[in-house]
Amino acid sequence: MNLPPVLAPGGIDPRTQACSTAELGPLKLDCGVVLERITVAWRTYGTLNADKSNAILVCHALTGDQYLADSHPVTGKPGWWHTLVGPGNLFDTDRYFLICSNVLGGCMGTTGPVEINPQTGKPWGLGFPVITIGDMVNAQALLLDHLGIEQLFCVVGGSMGGMQVLEWAASHPRRVFAALPIATSSRHSAQNIAFGEVGRQAIMADPDWHEGDYHSKGTNPHRGLAVARMAAHITYLSEPALHKKFGRKLQNRQNVTYGFEADFQIESYLRHQGSTFVERFDANSYLYITRAMDYFDLAAEHGGKLANAFKGTPVRFCVISFTSDWLFPTRESRAIVHALNAVAANVSFVEIESDKGHDAFLLDEPEFHKTLQGFLDGAAEHRGLLPGRSVDS
Amino acid sequence: MSPSQLRFDLRLIADMVAPKTRVLDVGCGEGELLKFLRDTKKVDGRGIELSMAGVAAAVRQGLSVIQGDADTDLKDYPAGAFDYVILSQTLQATRNPREVLEQMLRIGKHAIVSLPNFGHWRVRLSLLAHGRMPVTSSLGFAWYDTPNIHLCTIDDFIDLAQAIGARIERGLAIDSSGQIRPFTPPDWKANLMGENGLFLLGK
Repeated sequence: MNLPPVLAPGGIDPRTQACSTAELGPLKLDCGVVLERITVAWRTYGTLNADKSNAILVCHALTGDQYLADSHPVTGKPGWWHTLVGPGNLFDTDRYFLICSNVLGGCMGTTGPVEINPQTGKPWGLGFPVITIGDMVNAQALLLDHLGIEQLFCVVGGSMGGMQVLEWAASHPRRVFAALPIATSSRHSAQNIAFGEVGRQAIMADPDWHEGDYHSKGTNPHRGLAVARMAAHITYLSEPALHKKFGRKLQNRQNVTYGFEADFQIESYLRHQGSTFVERFDANSYLYITRAMDYFDLAAEHGGKLANAFKGTPVRFCVISFTSDWLFPTRESRAIVHALNAVAANVSFVEIESDKGHDAFLLDEPEFHKTLQGFLDGAAEHRGLLPGRSVDS
Repeated sequence: MSPSQLRFDLRLIADMVAPKTRVLDVGCGEGELLKFLRDTKKVDGRGIELSMAGVAAAVRQGLSVIQGDADTDLKDYPAGAFDYVILSQTLQATRNPREVLEQMLRIGKHAIVSLPNFGHWRVRLSLLAHGRMPVTSSLGFAWYDTPNIHLCTIDDFIDLAQAIGARIERGLAIDSSGQIRPFTPPDWKANLMGENGLFLLGK
């Protein structure tokens, strides 16, 4: 990320120009550190109704951010779920009030390693405390307090967003009416920790990383971060999807060059993914957020038994997985469903047929969207949220 | 949905369910019965369905349905979680019918089971006359591709219910013309004339 870490007083921060921010806190972290004040940056879509019952919290994934449905202020690209949000759309902004906040540890305006440590006046860097999925959720809970929302109609998210959804349901069951964990797991698997570690080591091996102190050295470990992104990106796809899209096709050439240029389209594609990612993401944030995912283990937080996390839960769940997702495979969703059944929770579970791998939750998958719609409509009916213009204006 | 639009056998099952109860429909298909029970009896319903297409269709209607299997997934639920556990035209297709029935009565106060009756006179006559595995309107598969691996008669089912200590609270025999005959076992006529049997079991 090439943004100035230290902004002059009164300077305009492009990352948060088009969203809301607030100073909240204190926040006691799982590691024991207390952050007296944190900044939370968020976007909302739609209008909160009079009894504040129509709020949906959308939890973003590892490299997502609060720009759910409008163009990204740094890259100019459309929001990561923009096709699903709007009047009359799946996330109907005439019916629901959507909130999406940048996670704690993120780099789009919420407190994280790229922000200024008030104690030192310099960016936190590796001085930032290690955070967890639970800390991210507690930061979101502070935001809800700030917005005066007692109970969310729904919490939804995919991948790391789904981890937050599960954490919300487990830690704040009374504040959640319905929960939609998508393409996720109740704990990061050994394989996922392994991929996280590859990414982190790539960043740390970049000489421009400087033990995380690159901001004050005026450098940026963009090569390491790009490699981390490239490796991770492979895990978001599937072998059939890669084969279908790229096969062994060559990039703008007839023959291989007997060198190490990007001969193959897949190489060129990954390099592009890496180089565009570093424009909008901070390397230290990547370390912290992947660590938070590694530490996530909902069963361990509840005496080693996942079902204990949901005992007596009033939350309505809809668990969704994708057939070709090998990063968060269906069996992990099924484990969540088994735990929910064990406490006789209200749960739906659908495995969507898709060859698009883990990324399917971000892509145009009509069956997935119909399932989301059906569950949301059913839950809204139970919550007494009317279709269309439910807003008391 | 009005009662007349609901499939005949599902309507008979729905009649056995008291309003505002908790129901698990095992093998719920696209959730036709659950939807009917929700809309007409304010039932808190859940479903298990093997086919993903069925699950997706049910969830799209706002029903709480999971993809799963009667043989493997009933053991996850806690005892007494439901007022009724329903198994419609599926028991004969399970790998272990005895265990499935026991699980149903563990997690539910009642079990509702409907099944095709292999003791029906047409089935008996077909085997007697042709000497081949019967293929009838309620058993429409050739022996080599039938999902019905544990076919039984109404009397066989009654024996199983007694063997696991279940109480038969209601028994209905439905003949091929749709006539419903309530019966109390033992009843040789039910086993001969009923094309399908429907049971409400308790503990």
